[in-house]
Amino acid sequence: MPKDGIGASVKRKEDYRFITGQGAYTDDIDRPGQTHAVFVRSPHAHARIASVDTGAAAAMPGVVKILTGADYAADGLGGLPCGWQVTGKDGPMVEPAHPPLAVDRVRHVGDQLAVVIANSAAEARDAAEAVAVEYEPLAAAASIEAALSPGAPQVHDEAPGNLCYDWEIGDRADVDAAFAGAHHVTRIELVNNRLVPNAMEPRAAVAEYDRATREYTLYTTSQNPHVIRLLMGAFVLQLPEHRLRVVAPDVGGGFGSKIFHYAEEAILTWAAGKVARPIKWTAERAESFVTDAHGRDHVTVAELALDADGKFLGLKVDTRANMGAYLSTFAPCVPTYLYATLLAGQYTTPKIWCGVQAVFTHTVPVDAYRGAGRPEATFVVERIVETAAHEMGIDPAELRRRNFVPADAFPYQTPVALVYDSGDYEGTLAAALASADYDGFGARRAESEARGRLRGIGLSAYIEACGIAPSAVVGSLGARAGLYECGEVRVHPTGSVTFFTGTHSHGQGHETTFAQIIAERLGVDIDAVEVVHGDTAKIPFGMGTYGSRSLAVGGSALARALDKVETKAKRIAAHLMEASEADIEFADGQFTVAGTDRSVGFGDVALTAYVPHNYPIEELEPGLDETAYYDPANFTFPAGCHVCEVEVDPETGAVEIVNFAASDDFGNVINPMIVEGQVHGGIVQGVGQALLEGCVYDDEGQLATGSYMDYTMPRADDVPSFTVSTRTTPCPHNPLGVKGCGEAGAIAAPAAVMNAVHDALGSRGVSRIDMPATPARVWQALNA
Amino acid sequence: MPTVNMNVNGEAVSGEVEARTLLVQFLREKLRLTGTHVGCDTSQCGACVVHVDGVSAKSCTMLAVQCEGADVTTIEGLADGDALHPMQEAFRDNHGLQCGFCTPGMIMSALDLARRNSAPSEQEVREWLEGNICRCTGYHNIVKSIMAGARAMAAGQGG
Repeated sequence: MPKDGIGASVKRKEDYRFITGQGAYTDDIDRPGQTHAVFVRSPHAHARIASVDTGAAAAMPGVVKILTGADYAADGLGGLPCGWQVTGKDGPMVEPAHPPLAVDRVRHVGDQLAVVIANSAAEARDAAEAVAVEYEPLAAAASIEAALSPGAPQVHDEAPGNLCYDWEIGDRADVDAAFAGAHHVTRIELVNNRLVPNAMEPRAAVAEYDRATREYTLYTTSQNPHVIRLLMGAFVLQLPEHRLRVVAPDVGGGFGSKIFHYAEEAILTWAAGKVARPIKWTAERAESFVTDAHGRDHVTVAELALDADGKFLGLKVDTRANMGAYLSTFAPCVPTYLYATLLAGQYTTPKIWCGVQAVFTHTVPVDAYRGAGRPEATFVVERIVETAAHEMGIDPAELRRRNFVPADAFPYQTPVALVYDSGDYEGTLAAALASADYDGFGARRAESEARGRLRGIGLSAYIEACGIAPSAVVGSLGARAGLYECGEVRVHPTGSVTFFTGTHSHGQGHETTFAQIIAERLGVDIDAVEVVHGDTAKIPFGMGTYGSRSLAVGGSALARALDKVETKAKRIAAHLMEASEADIEFADGQFTVAGTDRSVGFGDVALTAYVPHNYPIEELEPGLDETAYYDPANFTFPAGCHVCEVEVDPETGAVEIVNFAASDDFGNVINPMIVEGQVHGGIVQGVGQALLEGCVYDDEGQLATGSYMDYTMPRADDVPSFTVSTRTTPCPHNPLGVKGCGEAGAIAAPAAVMNAVHDALGSRGVSRIDMPATPARVWQALNA
Repeated sequence: MPTVNMNVNGEAVSGEVEARTLLVQFLREKLRLTGTHVGCDTSQCGACVVHVDGVSAKSCTMLAVQCEGADVTTIEGLADGDALHPMQEAFRDNHGLQCGFCTPGMIMSALDLARRNSAPSEQEVREWLEGNICRCTGYHNIVKSIMAGARAMAAGQGG
């Protein structure tokens, strides 16, 4: 095995440019003759637009063009499309129009209605302030509760009662029957708090139009440039794909928020055609807060039925999910197919019912955010299991063991549609408990109590469905696209390799991980491999990066393309060595005739493919460049157990995480260093949700947490270092045996932290505390 | 428009700026030193940290004209040709970055700490980073990187 192959913690190839300040993010791109755009946005959560007067603004210095919603409408172009149609009990979801520039009504603070293009960003900003918009403010429904209350202000006329859909999975009567025979029923109510993704790089775009070639180019902060090209080209601007190039260069974090097709990139591309000069827009952070799709925002009631031994008999979950003011690209599938289907967790719960009402509100659209539905499901399952354990006086670890899907039961069909592929839940639980010194907790608690502190420990045995997704399955569930992945392995004449992938790396380290797979498989040096992503002009196609899919789906496409390269290279080698193709073996970069010392190197074969002087030209084309599309057979199911230990200061309500241990099963691991980094980052996003982050709208729909002064991002001194490890059951249905690791931390951590907080506060009679468990909330709960 | 003169990464530069031009805008837009980033507008995130006269400063919170005559160092000024600064090496060796956006500010901030405290404890590093936000790494490997980088600097490999 080459030293930089599979399983090695190879230092990242991409790091040099980032640590020397040479990354090329969208805002770093300047095009000749570039102009700058600033959007005019609604300060109201809900208002009728009485008039838009751009006269004074147009006369301001440096202004090139001002375009309004009326201008866009006059061009007869499309609205922003939704990529997933959920069908509820009463039929397909309500899918209101989403104009990229509002025409007559604005529906959330930050809703854009005009764009000002000027020679400098400062001039554009000055002029945007001079656009005179006359609003007639209307009452707003800024929360799920407000939107569902009788007589609530309507977000869309076509969605009576602000209901987008009312959906369910499972047979309610069947589940009720299971509850009828229960020894014990645990009931919890919870809020899954609304979060703002906050990738550190604000969204940005640069659009240009080449009049000579009639080509549009859009540089944009995207996790999936081909998806943006498809949505924007085909559905919004009606531009043919062969004259539309979308580039997602270095992207500074995504976490889901850069999956979606946003108005700004479409408007910039449209406007670039009109002004025939490049246009740049970069969000200010305050703008990100009111335009990036938010995450989570569920209100849930759940009930778990158990028999006298603590075996789960049934689970009922009733959830209301906030969609925001418009349907973002993947929003409808998040609280349904990415949520309710995970409610079996790691357990054999035989009967499950879940109902979900998706609700429009006068807030920013809500869509996938790291984990997307699966953190919400894990939070429900792991909070109710832990609560049931405490209520029944059974150790929480033991209650989980009694209900785990056994390691020999895979593939395992759950009652909520999914078939788990592989796993060892007892194994990850045991490893996490050992890392956390679970058995020594009692002594630590006593020591804390002696100091006047409350100590708690909490588990989270999570599961996620990743490797999104089998196209036929998601198609039957309402997805409007396939979710395969594409990879092209281009072997150059001297044997170096460029890999073009449809996935996109915005922190995940694909340039290294994919290169390791190629180095291992072809026996080439990792420095002889370059990974290219993020440009529709270079990569054949791609669905992008989200749902921990890049390795499981994109890596599988790579493996398949490498199969093709090897097959062809063997035929060339057989010809060169005048041997039978069946006798050719390939290892460590050498093709050998089995049982002989005759061999030829990979580089020689590559050269022969491109300089085919001695070549089976009648049977084989020259060249060594292979493309594969991989459509997964199933989701992958990473799972594991996270254990959090907290200490609460009852005087202040402050919660300190004193220990956090994780054991995760991600299938085979390519680069352990990168995997651990993904887990660390995910855990802190989960800790942020549990203890710090909460997006707050007031009753009028004003965002009260619109900056880092008000929205508490986790900082270095809010968290400890972590103990993370992996245990592997390989994925049985993809060629690399991998499952995905990007979201696990964010999925597992909130329940682990909140179970620990509840454990700490339980002795003081506190039974419910919602996220984020801020000092104020904890103190109030202790002093209620 | 006023003209501002300063030394950036050891080179004398000057340029016309508006009075309202921020140091970060001058660096990014006039000098095309795009390694210094802007991640927020409230002086919280620290992606814009540079050194002004040897001390870390948030370049989004200084006017360019305030730096008249100053020595400014940006992330582009750290490596000596192909030879990385030990703090840069430490971030790579310890996987102290993922998307890379906060990284220049982290490294510039870390350098200021290491010059004040050659062997910072984990807690000292975490408290020092109060003004730098990272959304990717969970800080675990950033803290490791800074402790290792400070040790390497103290061992005389640079500074």
